[in-house]
Amino acid sequence: MKFSENWLRTFVNPPLTSGELAQRLTLGGVEVEALEPAAPAFDGVVVGEVLGLAPHPNADRLQVCQVAAGADAPLTIVCGAKNVHVGAKVPCARVGAHLPGITIKEAKVRGVTSSGMLCSAQELGMAESSEGLWLLAAEAPVGEDLRRYLDLDDTLFTLKLTPNRSDCLSVVGVAREVAALTGAALSLPERPPVRVDGEAAMPVVVAAPQACPRYCGRVVRGVDPQAATPAWMARRLERGGLRAVSLIVDVTNYVMLEWGQPLHAFDLTKIEGAITVRFARAAEKLTLLNGQTVSLDADMLVIADDRQALALAGIMGGEDSAVGSATTDIFLESAFFTPNALAGRARRLGLASDAAYRFERGVDFEGPRAALEHATRLLVRLGGADARCGAVTEWVGTLPARDPIRLRPERVRRVLGVSLGDADMAALLAREGLEFDVRDGAFFVSPPSARFDLALEVDLIEEIARLHGYDRLPSGAARGASHMRPMPESVRRTAELRGLLVARDYQEVINYSFVPPEWEADFAGQPDPVRLRNPIASHLAVMRSNLMGGLIETLRGNLNRSQERVRIFEVGRCFLRRREGEEGGEGIFSQPVRIAGLCYGSAKAEQWGVPGRDVDFYDVKGDVEALFWPHRPRFAAAPHPALHPGQSAQVFMGQALVGWVGQIHPQWQQKYALPRPAVAFELSLEALKGRTLPAFAEISRMPQVRRDLAVTVDERISVGALLECLRDARPEIVTAVDVFDVYRGKGIDSDKKSLAFRVLMQDTHKTLTDRQMDEAMALLTDVLCTRFDAKLRT
Amino acid sequence: MQDLEQIQQDANALFQSIDNLAELDQAKARFLGKQGVLAAAMRTLGSVPAEERPALGVRINQAKDAVEQALRARREAIQAAQLESQLRAEALDVTLPGRGLGRGGEHPVTRTLERIEGLFHSLGFDVAEGPEIETDFYNFTALNIPQDHPARAMHDTFYVDAAHLLRTHTSPVQIRYMQAHEPPLKVIAPGRVYRCDSDVTHTPMFHQVEGLWVDEQVDFSALKGLLAEFMQRFFEQDDLKVRFRPSFFPFTEPSAEMDIACVICRGAGCRVCSHTGWLEVLGCGMVHPEVFRHVGVDSERYLGFAFGLGVERLAMLRYGVNDLRLFFENDLRFLAQFN
Repeated sequence: MKFSENWLRTFVNPPLTSGELAQRLTLGGVEVEALEPAAPAFDGVVVGEVLGLAPHPNADRLQVCQVAAGADAPLTIVCGAKNVHVGAKVPCARVGAHLPGITIKEAKVRGVTSSGMLCSAQELGMAESSEGLWLLAAEAPVGEDLRRYLDLDDTLFTLKLTPNRSDCLSVVGVAREVAALTGAALSLPERPPVRVDGEAAMPVVVAAPQACPRYCGRVVRGVDPQAATPAWMARRLERGGLRAVSLIVDVTNYVMLEWGQPLHAFDLTKIEGAITVRFARAAEKLTLLNGQTVSLDADMLVIADDRQALALAGIMGGEDSAVGSATTDIFLESAFFTPNALAGRARRLGLASDAAYRFERGVDFEGPRAALEHATRLLVRLGGADARCGAVTEWVGTLPARDPIRLRPERVRRVLGVSLGDADMAALLAREGLEFDVRDGAFFVSPPSARFDLALEVDLIEEIARLHGYDRLPSGAARGASHMRPMPESVRRTAELRGLLVARDYQEVINYSFVPPEWEADFAGQPDPVRLRNPIASHLAVMRSNLMGGLIETLRGNLNRSQERVRIFEVGRCFLRRREGEEGGEGIFSQPVRIAGLCYGSAKAEQWGVPGRDVDFYDVKGDVEALFWPHRPRFAAAPHPALHPGQSAQVFMGQALVGWVGQIHPQWQQKYALPRPAVAFELSLEALKGRTLPAFAEISRMPQVRRDLAVTVDERISVGALLECLRDARPEIVTAVDVFDVYRGKGIDSDKKSLAFRVLMQDTHKTLTDRQMDEAMALLTDVLCTRFDAKLRT
Repeated sequence: MQDLEQIQQDANALFQSIDNLAELDQAKARFLGKQGVLAAAMRTLGSVPAEERPALGVRINQAKDAVEQALRARREAIQAAQLESQLRAEALDVTLPGRGLGRGGEHPVTRTLERIEGLFHSLGFDVAEGPEIETDFYNFTALNIPQDHPARAMHDTFYVDAAHLLRTHTSPVQIRYMQAHEPPLKVIAPGRVYRCDSDVTHTPMFHQVEGLWVDEQVDFSALKGLLAEFMQRFFEQDDLKVRFRPSFFPFTEPSAEMDIACVICRGAGCRVCSHTGWLEVLGCGMVHPEVFRHVGVDSERYLGFAFGLGVERLAMLRYGVNDLRLFFENDLRFLAQFN
């Protein structure tokens, strides 16, 4: 909403500067987004008339003008503009005038003394560029100060209105608000009925009474198509962000801007029979004013004649019945359409209009008749000698209810925490122009027809708070019992896991949750990801089901910025369609939070004394193990769409698959142009969060003994399988079994590998005997030999 | 028998000429060993007249003590020299950098989120999360934003299907939390939110923190007090000026926008605050009775307030970041500035 301050001040004129007024409105909930002067600062410029022209004696392109510019004798002014001519009314900057950037002085121009300057719009800062002088209207009064003549000492207000304040979508509405906020007197013009000049009334049928509870219309004939919109009206329209078009259109826009009531003028000659307000027939077509042909839905309201839809009610007129340059006779409509009947329709058709904007938010339903009279008066007055009007046809159905709202002063005090007396509240309500009774210690407030935001007690509490001033309400501490938050020790906070990765040289990143469909296919093997209906771009079209793509993209971006070593992680949600019968969560999407990392380049930052090598599977696996520590997940070789099939492992906690780790598939390394291999992991955050509460166990005082066990096994047998088997089979005295060496090569068959295990043994109560230890080692050896065909190395 | 004086002099001279322990041991044998010269001198005692024997014995023992002392002194000197030489050899250039893995860092948005969470945690607020693909009900309807309400036009929403969308704010977590917990309650809900906006000052994904406090005496003045204190603590400016302006959110009433005095120019007016001296930092208000009705909270008994703040905005103001989009470009040179 944009408007001229001078226009506003014709209705209410508080003793405040523009800036103070804007501040008052903003702090009252009507935010002023911008204040701009209607014209840049200049002075000393008056309306001049060119009385005579003579060629400049010393310059071909210049002329010497005699200019009338007030009471003094005509001024001699040298001018180079091509469009200067005798009789032209132009802005004339007199000697001493200040223009943007310059001060006008008497000057010799090639030997001729020039006492001023004739101005273009550009020179006055009124246009970006202009050709020649600014030619003013023929009736412009010579000698009049240009600022006064064009009302340039004005400020343009731009409001950023919240959707509940549709009552402020007009200059009069804002004026009411200014009066309420400042206490200044409000003076609105009367809008009495215009004398009817014998025209027959237009028959109107409202077939959709719920959607259109009030409809007013009348015929206006004989409007002179040549009649010009007066300058004052055009100026107010332009300062309100609307372009002047033609008198009829301008009058409807002017009344809308002034009173908030959208009007529509139909070319009377295009209407066949009666006007009907009805819902569109399915797939009914209508070509609109903007040339667009739309196919209507059955919940869209139209204004129709006996043959066809003429206009999309409250949104936009039709091209066919539009007022044109030769139109003299019109049917002028001023109606109330309910917000619900219009909400969302314009948007659905890709349309936006000032009328729809207002109707969707709520227009004063008591306003149409007076607005119609006001517009008629302007048309009859400005539309030439023949302009005359017919009787108003008004249809009224069930208008929105405005039941009195009970407002309990005690409740106001409790919600706001303010000690405001009943009388203070009554004064605030009265200032806003709200009518009320007092009964049983409560106010019963009747909301005005223009206020669609007042229906509940709390709406009035906000009104009291607003009018009293939010900044004058107290600021205190909440009262209530305070409790410590539960802090379960068996749950690790995400911050701890982040901290662990940070300490292991990972940098956190945050990538978009929507990704290109291609990433889902490549990195998740997901041909049918969760799609957005209205993605912002095709490369942000689907929801990610893992975090891989974003990490690779981040890696690529940083490689392009000359980084050579990248270690990154992200914590974020993934989005999957829930499979039939899948447990956990709710709804049809599962949205697990995962933590994923990616390492690229050397294992450690290049440094002295450490041989450089690329990060590999086991480096990253070590990070994964650290994340789970003290729990020990199980790793099992398994393919993953994103990973190298020979360097990819699933991660299990118990029986649950909780993630994976592996090297990026060489195929993707090539496709995504990664010069070196990258290793990644992704884990369920949920699985990482659990930890067992530490529990004390007696520390044995007996000596711990280490024995080693070396075997050769088939190359295909995994160390994990051997370890798992050893740990399952170990007698009680064996406290730990771990692998400490893997050897292939000289002395070992090429399809075999040699493994060395460290076996720690200890008894809690007594020293172990050699025999006990020999038996334990024999048992472990036997298990490996029988289960895995291992050969003991000696 | 050799002159004892001479023996001592010879021993001293020999010991001084030796600079390692092995040779010193050999030299020791020569003088103090069983076959050494002093042992030989002892053996000559028998052939000396009895009256001279004690005096000679004493002299020999004195000579032996002197040789032993000379030996000990030399040994200590050699050991000291060897240690000295070892230490000299082992000296390092302590200015060479330390070795090992470096250290990464958290994303500035995470850093800011943790700061916000920490401040509210200190006041006893719980932290809750919710799904990012939300239902129409939780994102709009339960928050008193009915179908076709203009507020739905305010946030242009990403839809997954007719009933599911990417949440446009963290406010749905309010509803979920109130469904799961009885008042009194205090909770914040941080997380990602999505809107169809992408330009210099908008990214289609960003972070919010929603806050909710419901109790019998949580009134508008408490809202003002809490949020003012939060901003003062967050920006570490005890005298930070704040102001509240009436606004509109369907799920709160009275609703307010909160402004703080520009933390860049301290209210004097600069580019960041568009020369107004004020920065809009969050929206807030008293929980709307209609929202309480949706979750079965008695709005006559309980009052509550809610607020929602933009994490990137606070991070930008706190750290002086001048372009929102930097947060999601993940340029390591940018991210490392926050480590």
